[in-house]
Order: sequence, then structure tokens, then C-alpha cells
Amino acid sequence: MSAEASVLVLLTIISAATPLLFAALGELVVEKSGVLNLGVEGMMLAGAVTGFAVAVTTGSGTLGVIAGALAGSAMALIFGLLTLTLAANQVATGLALTIFGIGLSALLGAGFVGVPVTPLPKLDLPGLSDLPLVGPLFFGHDALVYLSILATLGVAWFLRRSRGGMILRAVGESDIAAHSIGYDVIAVRYRAVLFGGAMSGLGGAYLSLSYTPMWAEEMTAGRGWIALALVVFASWRPWRLLLGAYLFGGVTILQLYAQGAGGFGIPAQVMSMLPYLATILVLTVIAAGPWKGRLDAPACLGKPFRPST
Amino acid sequence: MNKPFTRRSFLAGSAATAGTLSLVGPQAFAAEPLKVGFVYVGPIGDFGWTHGHDLGRKAIEKKFGDKVKTSYVENVAEGPDAERVIRQLASSGHGLIFTTSFGFMNSTIKVAQQFPKVKFEHATGYKTAANVSAYNAKFHEGRTVCGNIAGHVTKSGIVGYIGSFPIPEVVMGINAFTLAAQKIRPDIKVKVVWVNSWYDPGKEGDGAKALIDQGADIICQHTDSPAPLQVAESRGVHGFGQASDMKSFAPKGQLTAIIDDWTNYYVQRTQDVLDGSWASQSIWWGMKEGLVVMAPYGEAVPENVAKEADAIQKGIVDGSLHPFTGPIKNQAGEVKIADGKTMSDEDLLKMDWYVQGVEA
Repeated sequence: MSAEASVLVLLTIISAATPLLFAALGELVVEKSGVLNLGVEGMMLAGAVTGFAVAVTTGSGTLGVIAGALAGSAMALIFGLLTLTLAANQVATGLALTIFGIGLSALLGAGFVGVPVTPLPKLDLPGLSDLPLVGPLFFGHDALVYLSILATLGVAWFLRRSRGGMILRAVGESDIAAHSIGYDVIAVRYRAVLFGGAMSGLGGAYLSLSYTPMWAEEMTAGRGWIALALVVFASWRPWRLLLGAYLFGGVTILQLYAQGAGGFGIPAQVMSMLPYLATILVLTVIAAGPWKGRLDAPACLGKPFRPST
Repeated sequence: MNKPFTRRSFLAGSAATAGTLSLVGPQAFAAEPLKVGFVYVGPIGDFGWTHGHDLGRKAIEKKFGDKVKTSYVENVAEGPDAERVIRQLASSGHGLIFTTSFGFMNSTIKVAQQFPKVKFEHATGYKTAANVSAYNAKFHEGRTVCGNIAGHVTKSGIVGYIGSFPIPEVVMGINAFTLAAQKIRPDIKVKVVWVNSWYDPGKEGDGAKALIDQGADIICQHTDSPAPLQVAESRGVHGFGQASDMKSFAPKGQLTAIIDDWTNYYVQRTQDVLDGSWASQSIWWGMKEGLVVMAPYGEAVPENVAKEADAIQKGIVDGSLHPFTGPIKNQAGEVKIADGKTMSDEDLLKMDWYVQGVEA
């Protein structure tokens, strides 16, 4: 494969991985705070349809992206009210949120099926973006791709280095202890859940405004669930998550190229399994390294917190 | 609402009232409208396959007004879930149920055995029963037109084809397309990428990108979203719409689209149930019956090519052109269909081999 062709493949991989990275990063923070929100798919759809509708109506992709993030947060707020304030079961509420998101987005999007939209503009740095190979690979994406990388950096720093991140982790590991030394567990979790919703919304907006610039019902096609799985396989670590998302996106795309190149005698069905197998395998091997035996799931994951007063 | 009353009073005089009633079906019980149910594999907003079936459902409502009541269940997974949904419709008083995906076949047959009074219509399958009809469209006739146009328009001689699952319907389409394109460009290559889904816009689009990166300048799809065509447009190559006219997604790129128009069939079968004349059958309609229609040609189709494509459509309609006329060789170069012979419908519906020139 020539260098130019490799760059084209990499560009496709980056665009396939970005929505997964957004949604999974958000969910990682949510789970680190001890909350399990299975509504990622529904929040992504809300972000996708709202982002699309706002971008089409106002003509501004930026407003669309912001609206997508807000829509994701709005969905997350419903989840928060039910599970944090009312202490409802998180698994059931999360599943309900996904189903609700599918229906709501279909309803809101009914008038936007078949409507074209201007995709988000690609970064265009005179000189840099025109460089051969390096230009398109590093300086030729839309803003959301860079944002997803920066967000990984930000989340990694926040969780490991910042005071807020330590409090968040404490809340996720032992809500009672955090509560007893005076932290407001529910408030911390609300913030995490809203952040997770915004990130899912961004992932959805990326789908409908950049990846496949259109609105179609259930266009996420299960990406929310893959994001959830990536969080577990990345054992709740942001950099592994980045690796997992790019690995999954990479193998998904490479198997399509391999099929186009004749398939090397491997059945297409086996090719379709590869992204899942490869991601599980690689992340399991990493997790079995020096940290063997520790999956690192936050201790309070999925448990409702009822402060005893 | 006169008819059912008349029939009821007539039946009341009949000796075998109970037995006959069960044969005529639930609509004989007077004032109740006929409930017509639809089971869809995708969302009605897919702008493709399911969208087309839903237009047929709306046509039934428009035509029969308050004599019918339609309902649908969308996004039904092929497999055990489908059986549950179909049974739910059958047990909630539906008299006619359309199941609109190949993978619903066995579930439909199974539920039909338990509800002998309910009429079932299954799309694109091959099994029938006393109360199950099979109906299908000769989509491959549209592929023949597309193949001809592609043969003229392509420069690289490489066509990218996004496939869903290697079932006969899809295989047949790939072959019909390739055979027609070869008549214009004998050296044409058709590269197939399977995405193992009927509907995943992201993956369908990625498949198109992969194929275009590998030299394809025509994109064909047998999946349901407009994403591949949209990718073709953004990369400056051409493609064909699937199931609906997708020109809004590719104003320059769409050469034409194969449109499924189910309305005539759906209206007729509903009429049959209302009249009590419904009988199990297996039909395979195409361009002749107006079930397969081509969208207006795009601006990239030169006038002489458009004329040729029209002539092909005419030939298919009047029967002078059969998309599968020998000699046809398989990938290994063996002659499968002898010179001048045509393939029977039966063989076509079981097609599991690719013609020479296909890379799948």
C-alpha cells in the first residue's frame, strides 16, 4: 500500500473511532463516580438529532455541536433525577433511557429524514494542511476530532492529577466514606452524569454532522453499546480507552479494505468479527500485565447512594 | 360497510356457518375494520427499504379509509424476536400481516400455523402455506439498468459494491449488475464489501470509502441507508440510490436509483382480503408490474446512455431482454448458462454463485 493510500485508510479510521471515543470517555467519568449509565446509545441519538436539526435550521455547525452536547446532557439529567435524586435502579433506568432516546430522536427527527446538511468544516491551516501526507493526517480534520483527543488528555489529567478528580474517584470507590468526610456525593455524581451526557451528545453530533452528515433513525447502530464495552475493556483508564477506540475503529475499517482487496480467502463473516475479537484480546492482554487480577471497577459502581441523615 | 353485513346474513343461512366463517376470516364479523399489520426490519425513517414499505402501508390507509386500520412495528430483529412480534400482531386481531424482510420467513410460517384464520404476506422469501403468500420484487432488473449505465460512466473500470448479506437476492443483484456492465466494459471489475448489516450508516459509508480508496469510481449498494451514495458524492464519484430516490444526498453523484413501489401490490392484497378472495400465492413482480421503478437519470448520464438505459427497461418490460441470458460463466470460468439460454426464476431465487468479474 502506498503512503498516500495508508493516509486515506488512517483518515477513515480516525473518523470511525471519534464517536466511540467521545461517548466512552464520558461514560468512563460517569462510572468513575460510581454511576452506571446504560443510556449512552439514547443520549448519542438525542445529540445526533438535535445537532443535526439545529445545524440545518440555523446553518451553523458550531451551534449544532453545542446543541448536541446540551441535548445529551438533558437526557442525562433525566437519568440523574431518577437514579440520583430518587435512587431508582441504574441498570433499568439506563436501559429505559436508551429506548426513550431511540423513540424521542425518531419523533424529533421525522421532519429531517432525507434533508442534506453542510458537513462540519475541516481545519484548514494554510501551509500545514497542504503538506503531503502529514497535512491531511494531522491538520485536515474537523474540530471535533481534535476535541476528542484533547478531551482524553483532559480527562486523564483530571482524574489523576486534580483535586476534583480525586474527590470524584473517592465518591466512586466509597460513597459512604466520601460522604462522612463532608463531600456531597450526589452533587459530584450529578456533575459526572451531566458531563457523560454532553460527551455522548458530542459523539452523536459527530455522527450526524461529520461522519455521515445526515439524520437517519437509529443511525448510531449500536455504537453506544460498544462505547460501554470499551470502558470495561479499557479497565477505566482514559489512555487505554483511546487505544481501544482506535483499535476497534482500525480493525473495523481495515477488514473493509481487506474485503475490497479480495479478502485473502477469509470469509466476510470472520472479518466482521475481527474488531470485537482484536479489541477484547488486546485490552485483556494489557489488563493482565503488571496490574494482573485488578480490573479496577469502581467499588460503588451501580449502587444507589442514600445518605443517612 | 355494507358488504360484510350482507355476507354475514348470507352465511347465517349456510349449513356450515362456523366452518365457513373461519375460512372467510375476522373481517366477516361486520363493523370491525380490517386490521392490517406490518413488521419492519428497520426504522420507517431509513429513507430506503422500510420507508418504501411504509409508503405502501399509507397507500392502503388512503385507499380504504375507515374500512381498514393499519399498524406497524419497526426495527424488528430477524430471529426469535420477530416471532414474538408477529404472534403479538396475529393475536391482537389483525386479519392481514405483512412481514417485510427475508429473515422473517421462518417466524412467519411458524406463527401462521398457529393462526390459520390470519392471512400472512412475507416479502422476499420462498416458503408459502395455505395462509402465507410470498411476494418478491425483481430488483435485479433494476441492477441490469444500473450495470449498463455504470459500464458507460466508469473510467477506472472498478465498481465498488456494498453488500449486506450474501443471500440469493443480493447475489443475484451483484451478478445482474456485473453482466450488464460487462456488455459495455468487458474488463470491468466489481469489488464487493460485506458490512453484515442491512442498516448501519457509518459502516456502509466506511465501506464506500474503502472501495473508492481502492480505485472504484462507481458505488453500488444493497444496504438501506443513503450513506454510501453520500460518500460517493463527497469523493466526486458516482453511485446509485437504493429503494428510494436519494438524489437529495447526491445531487451530482446519483446516476439513477432503483425504487421499490409496493403500493399496487399492498392495495390489491388488502382488497382481496376485504372481498374474501384472498388465496395463497407466490409472486415475483418486476418492472412490468411497476413494482421496480427507475428514478430519473442524473446529470452525469449522457443522453445516448439514457436512451440505451430506456431501451433496456423497455426490453425487460416486454420480455425481449432477460437479465440472465447465456453464455454466463462463474468465477472459475466454467460456463453455467449455455449460449442463448436464460436462467429460470427457480434457479435465480437460489443463486449462490458469482459470475466472472465479481470479486467477492
